[in-house]
Amino acid sequence: MREVVAQAANPVLLYSIGKDSTVMMHLARKAFFPTPPPFPFLHIATTWDFRDMIAYRDLLVQALGVELRVHTNAEGLERGISPIASDPGVHARVMITEALKQALDQWTFDAAFGGGRRDEEKSRAKERVFSFRSAQHAWDPRNQRPELWNLYNARVAAGESMRVFPLSNWTELDVWSYIAAEDIPVVPLYFASDRPVVARDGALILVDDDRLPVAAGEVRLRRVRFRTLGCYPLTAAIESAAETVDDIIAEMRAATTSERHGRLIDHDEAASMEIKKREGYF
Amino acid sequence: MTAPPAAPADDRPPLRVITCGSVDDGKSTLIGRLLYDCRLILDDQLAAVARDSRRHGTVGDDLDLALLVDGLAAEREQGITIDVAYRFFRTGRRAFILADTPGHEQFTRNMATAASTAEAAVVLVDARKGVLAQTRRHSFICALLGIGTAILAVNKIDLVDASEDTFSRIAADYRKVAAQLGLRTVVAIPVSARWGDNVAIRSARTPWYGGPTVVEALESIDVAGHAPERPFRFPVQWVNRPGADFRGYAGTVASGAVAVGDAVVVAGSGQQSTVARIVTFDGDRAVACAGDAVTLVLADAIDLARGDLLAPPQHRPVVADQFSAQLVWMSEQPMLPGRSYLMRIGTAMLPVRVTTLKHRIDIGDFGTVPARTLALNDIGVVNVATARPVAFDAYADNRRTGAFILIDRDTNATAGAGMVLFPLRRAANIHRQRHTVDKRARAALKQQRPCIVWFTGLSGSGKSTIADLVERTLHARGIHTMLLDGDNVRLGLNHDLGFTDADRVENIRRVGEVAKLFVESGLVVLCCFISPFRAERQMVRGLVQPEEFCEVFVDTPIEVCIDRDAKGLYRKALAGEIPNFTGIGSPYERPDAPEITIATLAEPPYTAAERVVDWVLARIQPGGQPTGAAGTSHGSAQA
Repeated sequence: MREVVAQAANPVLLYSIGKDSTVMMHLARKAFFPTPPPFPFLHIATTWDFRDMIAYRDLLVQALGVELRVHTNAEGLERGISPIASDPGVHARVMITEALKQALDQWTFDAAFGGGRRDEEKSRAKERVFSFRSAQHAWDPRNQRPELWNLYNARVAAGESMRVFPLSNWTELDVWSYIAAEDIPVVPLYFASDRPVVARDGALILVDDDRLPVAAGEVRLRRVRFRTLGCYPLTAAIESAAETVDDIIAEMRAATTSERHGRLIDHDEAASMEIKKREGYF
Repeated sequence: MTAPPAAPADDRPPLRVITCGSVDDGKSTLIGRLLYDCRLILDDQLAAVARDSRRHGTVGDDLDLALLVDGLAAEREQGITIDVAYRFFRTGRRAFILADTPGHEQFTRNMATAASTAEAAVVLVDARKGVLAQTRRHSFICALLGIGTAILAVNKIDLVDASEDTFSRIAADYRKVAAQLGLRTVVAIPVSARWGDNVAIRSARTPWYGGPTVVEALESIDVAGHAPERPFRFPVQWVNRPGADFRGYAGTVASGAVAVGDAVVVAGSGQQSTVARIVTFDGDRAVACAGDAVTLVLADAIDLARGDLLAPPQHRPVVADQFSAQLVWMSEQPMLPGRSYLMRIGTAMLPVRVTTLKHRIDIGDFGTVPARTLALNDIGVVNVATARPVAFDAYADNRRTGAFILIDRDTNATAGAGMVLFPLRRAANIHRQRHTVDKRARAALKQQRPCIVWFTGLSGSGKSTIADLVERTLHARGIHTMLLDGDNVRLGLNHDLGFTDADRVENIRRVGEVAKLFVESGLVVLCCFISPFRAERQMVRGLVQPEEFCEVFVDTPIEVCIDRDAKGLYRKALAGEIPNFTGIGSPYERPDAPEITIATLAEPPYTAAERVVDWVLARIQPGGQPTGAAGTSHGSAQA
């Protein structure tokens, strides 16, 4: 993080409110102490975030006194793009990838921190810590800068940018162990609770507000939690009794599916994440 | 799947391991097998691999475990590994970060990238093929980058009938290579990655083998015991100044340790102070060790910035402006001695030149080969000159302070990875001599300010014609000039140079130095050189003060130059008689922001010449005094 601040002109931390970016926010406070993090936090809001996430975000930002910027793709909203009306892939592209590019361009950020980890997905395993993007925000896996030792080359020309992943070498277990060790508060959705859900295609979807169409008698109260967070109609819950961070760690050690199993937009095709990343997704 | 190992891994940080070996030796399959046999593949991932195996698999109806790691679309299509993949892997005893690297020779730079952060290597050999050139190449790079420990996995042992003789022969062959390179081979293991023999589970196929499995060998590698105590090194990364009452120096301790009260020096300037506080978010600390990211507060207000290196006074690093190094070239653009690159070493960034390419290394026999350039994936030994003295250690003594990267100034691409061998002492014995009569005095006598007017453009674009008109006009007005012309210089000073890219760089470097000397003598220097590369024009610009350089781009379309062909050179070049001719066999890089552009099709030579004369007169006459102190016109930061 200090490397980015030392080398980039206008960095930003992408704050998605999840566990990874909350760990990053914590690391940013540590890296620059006693100076507050010398960059703003950016939330790309799709308007379909879990309500608990937004409430947690606003509490945290207020408590820590960090600068938060929020951007939504207004043009996408006008077109009626939504995770219910649209194909999940289209929703992700317009409301996340396009929105992100709009925000990066609008504020001319030349380096953006992301919470990506190499253990998440195969194409992420090939990601650099400092990942070069063209002026069109495109990622070319064949043309990545060799990244040697701890000598990070963040030099970019006008319009080009860097995506920076400080948690590259962490695993999901590392993240939770760190949250436990540092006692970092996270969104309550990660912990098991009785929540109203519907079962769709074998996935448990939380009924977070009345925009989700449900059939009579379809909604059931179940003890669930989330391993990963995103737009609520596209992020599946898991049945769980884990109520504390320690419970989560114990549950994860016994898990038989990956974290991203609950991300419906990742199931499109084998190289889905790679294609999204080439287009500018994080 | 069943549950992963219940016992937690120990507290040691993850061991960083690289897998290497030739293409098709089965690296990706081995990693897939490691994950599979250690029950680290989750159900949804396994389902995806089963699906992918039917589409892209190379092993019939079986699961193709390589598809667990080869994640890029192109990799699946071609069945090869293109880029490094970092895999996380945890057994009951230890956590690992495995870097799965490409075997293809064309991706050697990716292999070196992974090796730069690894502590141990698993070297794969195909039992049917034995030790290959690529096995030697990868082992060499491992040794070059400081990996001390290797596990030899003799793979596909099932395809040689699990022959003990074959295994022993390959193990003996490899031990010779390892000994030659100074690699410590922990153990050689007969393996079948596809069937899982001796990967995580002991094989019944090799009853003659009594050693550890790959997993057991990895678990027992001891790297910490081989790292000697290194002196304290702290590259200053960022100056932390929230307000007037706090000034701290943020960074990560590169080696050794420091305690409150310890004396430290700034390696470059020799200024000394003591550590007053070691500040962290979780409170002040008494000691900081290698790997700790902390903020140091010093007792004295000394001059310290990003790029400086703090060290103990009794164990200082080398400070020099020339050193010898090993260089792995990673760019499609060849390394050209004489060209200016940016060097990143520690937290410092500064312009450097490779002054001498001593030789290239032949990976086949580790011998040395004479070379004029380094191409992509070449490894060579070079001398490097830096724009100012810089602090470092030999790479063999300290991996953190002896490693550097070279960055292409045009594209910002990381072009090379270097390891310092030793400083060159001769740099310390040459000091700039101060003379009483300096640039200012010489120029004052001529009542003008000196400058360089640099004409660049294709052969036949009209550079010499316009420069001649400019010089005649200036001369008639009583301005003292000198004209340097490409052909004329090559008849004398540079008669030993040809037209390869490396020679063109050296040609311009020498001309630049001569032009600089003429500026010192107070003259207006007109230079007519094709000077096809942006980097070298930039280099000459950096030799003098910013206001003393004017780039004139004589912009004539190549078709017109070919039509004119005043010297008959294009005809020869097009007939293939002149290789490396600019515009035909060699590129011309147009200037980005020249002071003057002359489109010769739209403007007659005499009006173009008038514009150049106007520029010169406007700069050289007012006040009659040159700007800038004499003798200090080294490349400035903005150059």
